Formats: sequence, C-alpha cells, structure tokens
Amino acid sequence: MEFSRRDTLALGLGAVALTVLPFQVSAAADDAIASFTGGADMADTGLTLTAPEIAENGNTVPVSVDAPGAVSIMVLATGNPTPDVATFNFGPLAAEQSASTRIRLAGTQDVVAIAKMADGTFARASQAVKVTIGGCGG
Amino acid sequence: MISRRDFLQVSMAASALYGASAFGNWARLGAQQSLTQDKLLEFDTFGNVSLIHITDIHAQLVPHYFREPSVNIGVGSNKGAVPHVTGSDFRKLYGIDDGSHSAYALTYDDFASLAKGYGNIGGMDRVATVINSIRADRPDALLLDGGDTWHGSYTCYQSQGQDMVNVMNALKPDAMTFHWEFTLGSDRVNEIVEGLPFAALGQNIFDAEWDEPTDLFPPYKFFERGGVKIAVIGQAFPYMPIANPGWMFPEYSFGIRDERMQEMVDEVRAKGAELVVCLSHNGFDVDKKMAGKVTGIDVILSGHTHDALPEPVLIGETIIVASGSTGKFVSRVDLDVRDGRMMGFRHKLIPILSDVIAPDPVVTKVIEEQRAPHIDQLREVIGKTGDDQTLYRRGNFNGTWDDLICDALISEREADIALSPGVRWGPSILPGQDITREDIFNVTSMTYGKAYRTEMTGEFLHVVLEDVADNLFNPDPYYQQGGDMVRVGGMGYRIDISKPQGERITEMTLLKTGEKIDPAKTYMVAGWASVNENTEGPQIWDVVEDHIRAQGTISLEPNNSVTVVGV
Repeated sequence: MEFSRRDTLALGLGAVALTVLPFQVSAAADDAIASFTGGADMADTGLTLTAPEIAENGNTVPVSVDAPGAVSIMVLATGNPTPDVATFNFGPLAAEQSASTRIRLAGTQDVVAIAKMADGTFARASQAVKVTIGGCGG
Repeated sequence: MISRRDFLQVSMAASALYGASAFGNWARLGAQQSLTQDKLLEFDTFGNVSLIHITDIHAQLVPHYFREPSVNIGVGSNKGAVPHVTGSDFRKLYGIDDGSHSAYALTYDDFASLAKGYGNIGGMDRVATVINSIRADRPDALLLDGGDTWHGSYTCYQSQGQDMVNVMNALKPDAMTFHWEFTLGSDRVNEIVEGLPFAALGQNIFDAEWDEPTDLFPPYKFFERGGVKIAVIGQAFPYMPIANPGWMFPEYSFGIRDERMQEMVDEVRAKGAELVVCLSHNGFDVDKKMAGKVTGIDVILSGHTHDALPEPVLIGETIIVASGSTGKFVSRVDLDVRDGRMMGFRHKLIPILSDVIAPDPVVTKVIEEQRAPHIDQLREVIGKTGDDQTLYRRGNFNGTWDDLICDALISEREADIALSPGVRWGPSILPGQDITREDIFNVTSMTYGKAYRTEMTGEFLHVVLEDVADNLFNPDPYYQQGGDMVRVGGMGYRIDISKPQGERITEMTLLKTGEKIDPAKTYMVAGWASVNENTEGPQIWDVVEDHIRAQGTISLEPNNSVTVVGV
C-alpha cells in the first residue's frame, strides 16, 4: 500500500490547546473568599462538594454542593482567570441546601466551595479536578 | 491461621493477608510433565457460593503467548505493593519456583524458553472447559465478565464485536461490565446490549446530557445462589471519554462516582443482599482506594490493569481479586456466606495453559464459525521474528512490539518522532515465529486506528509526555487512568517518577541527531489511536504490515532511550 504524505496530513494531539498543566490559584480567588467570609475560620466538615476527579470535558464539568443548614454556598474555580462561578442563596423555606451546575475549567485546578451557615460560621470543601488531553487506556 | 493448601482459604477472622503467601505446593508442581488438567483445576468446593471471574479478554479467542511485564512501578501508597511487583520479587512473594508453570504464567523472566516448554496460553474453548468444570462442582456458580471483551482482534474488528458476543453467549455469563466495548460506538453498543441474554451493569454509566443513570445499564442485579441473596454491582471503566474517543459515545458519562457506589451498596443491603460483589473495571489501585472508602462490599472482581494475582488483596473487610487478561487466567472464588455475611473464602487463580487444558468442543466449534470467513486473511504470513527477537508489549515503557510499531511509523510515514499508545493488550510473539496478519491486528486493532502525521513543537511534545505520565504516576489512584506510558520512537527522554506533573520529563533528545529537543522548534510526528475526531491517515495495521513485509525478518536494536529515575 502506498501512502503519500500530502493526503494524510492530519491533526492528532496538535488540536489541543496548551492548557493541561496545573493552574495556580489566582489572587482573585483569595480575594473572593476573604470578602465572602470576612476572614473567618472555615470548618472542613458540613459541606459536600461533588466533582469528577478527571473532567470528561473541561468545558462543562458537573459540580454539586450540599450543606445542610447553609444560607449561602459560593463555588470558585480557583485557577480560572475569573474564579467566581456562582453563589447559591437559600431562603428559610428551602427544603434542602444543595445545588448543581456545570462549570468551565481552564485547566487542572482546585474547585472550592464555601458555605455560610445560619449561625454565621463557614465550611469549606475543595476538590482537584484534572483536565487532561487524554488518550490510550488499558 | 491461614491454611496452606493448593489454594488460599481464609476465614474473615484473619486480620491481614499481607505477606501471607499461601500459594503453596500448587506453585511447586515444577516440571510440565506433572501438570494435568485435573491438577490445574483441583479445588475442594467450599462454602455455599462460587464466583467465576474472567476479564480483559480483548477478543483473544484462540491460544497465543502473553508475556507479563518486567516494569510495573507503583507510586504513592502503592509503591512496592502488589500488583507493582514483577519478576523474581513476585516469585519470592508468592513462593513460586523459577522455571515452574506459575513462573511462566505470572512473571516475565526466561519467557521465550519457558514458552517453548509450556506452550500457548488462553483460548476461549479452554476457558469454557474450566468454567464447565467449576459448574460441575457448583452448578449455580456465577460467571462474571469484567469487560474489554468486544475489542482487540481482526475478527472482532470486522464483525464489530459480534464474534465475541457469540462466543461469550455460549459461555453463559451472568453479568458483565464495560470499557473498550464503547469504542464500537454507542449505536452498536446499544444494539448489542439490548439483545444480551445477561445483565449489562454499570452504576457509574450515566446519561451525559442529564447526568442521570441510564435504563440500558442498571447499577446492579440480584441473584439467588446457594440460598444466598447476592447483589452484583457493576463499575465500568471511569475514564472512557478521556482515555478513548468520547465522540464515539457522546451520550454517555462515567467517572468513579464512589459516593453513588456507597448508595448502591446501602440500597442492596437494605433490600436484603447477604453478599455484595462489585464487578469492576476500575483498575487495581483505584479498586484498592475505593474499597477503603466504600463500606459493605465483600468482593471486588478487579479488571482493567491486567494484573494477575495468585491471592486476593484484603482491604478492610473487602477482598480484591485480580484475574489477569487475554483469557490467560480464570479466578474461582468460593465463599461461605452465613447469617447475612461473608464468613470466609477459598480462591484459586487458574492459569489457562492451552496444551494442558482440553478445549471444549462446543465452544471450539463456535470459535471456528467466527473465524472461518476470515481464515485466509488471518493466516497470511507477513514476516517473521529473528532468532533472538521476542515481541511483547506489557510494561510501563516501550515493549518490543511498541518499538516495531514506532519504527514502522517513522519509516513508512517519514517522521522524526513516533507516538504509540501505552495500552496493555496484545499477545506476544516468540523468536523465530511467523508474524501473521492476525498477529498484527492483535496488537493494533481498534475503531480509531488511523495513523496521523502532524507537526508538533518541542514544547507540545513535552506537554503530551507530562500529561500521559501523570495519568500513570499521579500518587492518587483516582487521578490515574490505567494503561502505560505513551511509547515513543525516535526520541529519548528522562523521567523522574517522583516529581509532580510538569517536572517529570527532562532531557528530551532527538535520537537521529543526538540534539536536545527545542521547545520552539517543530518536529514531524507520526502516531495512531488519536482520541480526536476526523483524524486522517492509513490504518495502523496497514502501516505495520508494510513495514514488516519490507523488513522480512524482524530484529530490533535494544531500546535504551528512556531513563527512569525516582522509583
């Protein structure tokens, strides 16, 4: 079989942008956390953050948060140029304090959620989400 | 105490299994002349439930050779732990004599000479004989297939998996889970699964659009066996749309979803399950981590990473059974389930030595029917191996099959550098053996096998290597995808396993000039198995066939181009 180079030129991995290395936490994320909590300490229990370990598609990553008794939950993509994703507010009649959304991640980074509880305390949860160019499994 | 017998038997009261190698005299049968089918299958039926586990067959219907890895590096908490133990360390750990049939089946040393003595392994008609024998002891034994079944050969490719479906149906499994099956495309997978006479399970197979469970792939199924209510929960390969082309099955989403696994375990327990079995395609290290997080699973039947372990590994109160790949092993696990819980088990990893175990004639006939329309294509001899040349793939870095494929890509596609996927499937070829078209398909067959040719900068090549290295050497198993390092031709590099992503790969060198790879410079790269849609190029098996035909006899230079440190 004969192959000419011209008719078989194709993009393999080359189509993927150079965004797979871990992104640093931006100062904007720290600022957002500080303004949400006023610098208060954050517990590491009371808030469940569910996100995939490895994103199937970095453009639409399913994320859900659940914090019984919360009045507000903020979600941050700490490595995105604009880390603010969403802040969910729960009124007193809300049956449960949970929410789901899909977010876009610029690259591998920590997704952080912070819940403000009814008593004014805060809880924090984070999960590293890897964005990979993929290929070749077992 | 753990009793030392022909097989491992453990009461769950035993606190730990580590270091308690009970491989026993079964491993010391020694010379082939003492091997008989009866000896290989010998097993005192135990308890009231039997599980039969096969996994990662990769469409290998007929006997062949398969060399186990020489390099299998564990990282993080799995450093030095099974299955990251190879060769003489593995034999020492399990009390296996050098030169024994167990050494041949489970380790790589002296592979070519032992293969000439002990012969082929596998063959689904031999597997059928073993299953029939276990069913003769325990007619209601559960047969569970861990997936990677409908992929990996010429006939499987041509029939879009139908050959494997037909043969597996003859074996009558009770349930199955999935990985490479989805690379047939979701339409074909759905079509097959809708007609399957057994359960297609995956608690982590979700509808991608709504992020909800699917109707076609239920999370679990109940079985009533030996008076015991058994729940089998499926766990498909978590990273299918990442490791394989997601555009082929865009309707589906996967992930580990261990919190849902816990919900399913709790649900089946609430419904009265006395025994919970997880049929998993997670890979061994992921299964270990999951077993430590999810409570209430009695047995994990582990697939994906192709590890064959003579004993289960115990994590908490969960045993993890690893049954190898390519039809080389069948695991039998007998369980004593009383008062709603697993009280003990007896386990045996049965090596399928094709010359010792008689083929089941019914299944032989089914296999021959699948092969008959293609037999001339399959048997055509393309070339042969030199007198000192074994071709194999298994291992964290390039095997000789990979080197040959990379050579083919560089010479046939006029490239500087070749990239070949680090998959763990593909039979081995002995020195002086003919290489047929079937052999080439066995190491290349896939539905996205086009050999691309593209320019990449040195910087991008570095990103690719770092990305794949982190999928293999991330210290957290949940961030690993299984598989091995991308195989590279025409370029050498140094890898420090202990470093984080972005810092592992250094000293990338273009072999033909000896020059360092320049991040800003562009190189011509040929590769195959791209996960991107609309990849163009000839099929990889045609590229490899042309190369082998041109070479005639294959003799490869030893490949010392990768330096591994930080182990």
